Amino acid sequence: MIVEVFRREREGQPFQHAGSVEAPDLRFAEAYAREQFGRRNESTALLLVPREATHEVTDFPDSFDWKERRVDGYSIKARLREARERAAAR
Amino acid sequence: MDDAAFLEHVQSGGQVEAGDWMPDEYRARLRKFIEMHGNSELMGVLPEREWILRAPTLQRKLALTAKVQDEVGHAQLIYRVVEDLGKPRQQCLDDLVAGRVKFHNVFHYETRTWGDVGVIAWLVDAAAIVSQKALLKCSYAPYARIMKKICWEESFHILHGRDVILAMVTGTPDQFELVQEAVSRWWGPLMQFHGNPIPRGEDPMWYWRIKSQGNEEARQQFLDGYVPQILELGLEIPDPQLRKRDDGVWEYTEPDWDELKRVVSGNGPRSRERLALRSEALARSAWVRDAVLGAAA
Repeated sequence: MIVEVFRREREGQPFQHAGSVEAPDLRFAEAYAREQFGRRNESTALLLVPREATHEVTDFPDSFDWKERRVDGYSIKARLREARERAAAR
Repeated sequence: MDDAAFLEHVQSGGQVEAGDWMPDEYRARLRKFIEMHGNSELMGVLPEREWILRAPTLQRKLALTAKVQDEVGHAQLIYRVVEDLGKPRQQCLDDLVAGRVKFHNVFHYETRTWGDVGVIAWLVDAAAIVSQKALLKCSYAPYARIMKKICWEESFHILHGRDVILAMVTGTPDQFELVQEAVSRWWGPLMQFHGNPIPRGEDPMWYWRIKSQGNEEARQQFLDGYVPQILELGLEIPDPQLRKRDDGVWEYTEPDWDELKRVVSGNGPRSRERLALRSEALARSAWVRDAVLGAAA
C-alpha cells in the first residue's frame, strides 16, 4: 500500500504533506515514516493516511464570481478620500 | 489542457501534481531524470560503504553510517516519485543492475583513501547540492517537495566532509598529502559532474522547467562557492587555467567529456564491481522482502 505522510514541525503548526512511503501494512508504514521523517526529531507528530482513504477535491467553480465575499470585491479608496475631505470641511 | 497550455503553465513558473494531465514527452523525460537521481543516491552509498569499517574513530563511523542511511532514504523517497509516474521500484532496480539505466559519474570511481571519503562528503555533495537546490523549483511539485528534505540532510553531509578534511589538513604532513592527492584525483570528475555546457535554451530539461538552471550555471556556482574554500586550506587545484575573470565568470580547462560519456555508460573504473555488489545485495536481501510481505499478507 501507498501511505501518504504528513508531518507537524512544531506544536501549533498545521500538518504538511511530507511525502509517501510504500509498505505492506500500517505497522511497516509507521516504521518507514519514523525513519524518513522523524529520526532527527524534525517532526513533533506524523499523520499516516493510506492513499486510498484520501478524497481529493480540486475544482472550485465560481460561476457567479461573487466578489462581495472577497477582499478584492471592495475598492474603498475613492470613497475613503471623499469621506476624509467631507470630514475636513466640517 | 493541451501541450501548448501545459508548456505555458510550466514556463511561467507553474507546477504540476502527480494526478494532473501532462504531455507524454514531459512524463518520459521527468521519469528518466528522476530515476537517474534515485539510482545515483542508491549507488552513491557504495563508495562510502567501503570505509564504514575502516573509519578512523567511532564518531566518524557513526557519522558515515548516518550519511549512508540518509542517501538510501533519499533513494527510497525518489523511487516513490518515480513509481507515481508509472514505473515500479522493482523495475527500476532490475534496470539498474542490468546496466540499462545510468547513475552519476562520480559514483563509478574508486574510494582509495580516507581522504576520498572527505572529498566525496565535502565536494561531491557540494556539487550535488547545487543541482538539488535548483530542483526545489522543479515544475513537478512532488519531486520539488522531497528535495527540501534532501537538501536539508545534504547540508549535514557537507559539514561532516569539511570536518573530516579540516582534521587532516591540520594533522601531519602525510595527512595533508592524503587530502591533496584525493582533491587532485577527484577534480576531473567534479568538473564533469554538471554535464557539458549545453546552452540553457537547447536543454530539454530547462524547456520543461524540470531543471531551473543550465549545466554551466551550476558549475559556475560550484566553482564560486568552493574554489575559495579549497584554496584557503593551502590545497592546490590541478588546473593551471582555473581563474575568475573580472566579470565574475570562472575560466577552466575543458573537462574531459569523453571520459564522462564513457564512465556514465558503465565503463568507469568501478562500474562493474559496484553494479555486481548491488545485484548481490538485492539477491541476498530477497528473503527479507519475502518474509516481510508474507507476514503482512
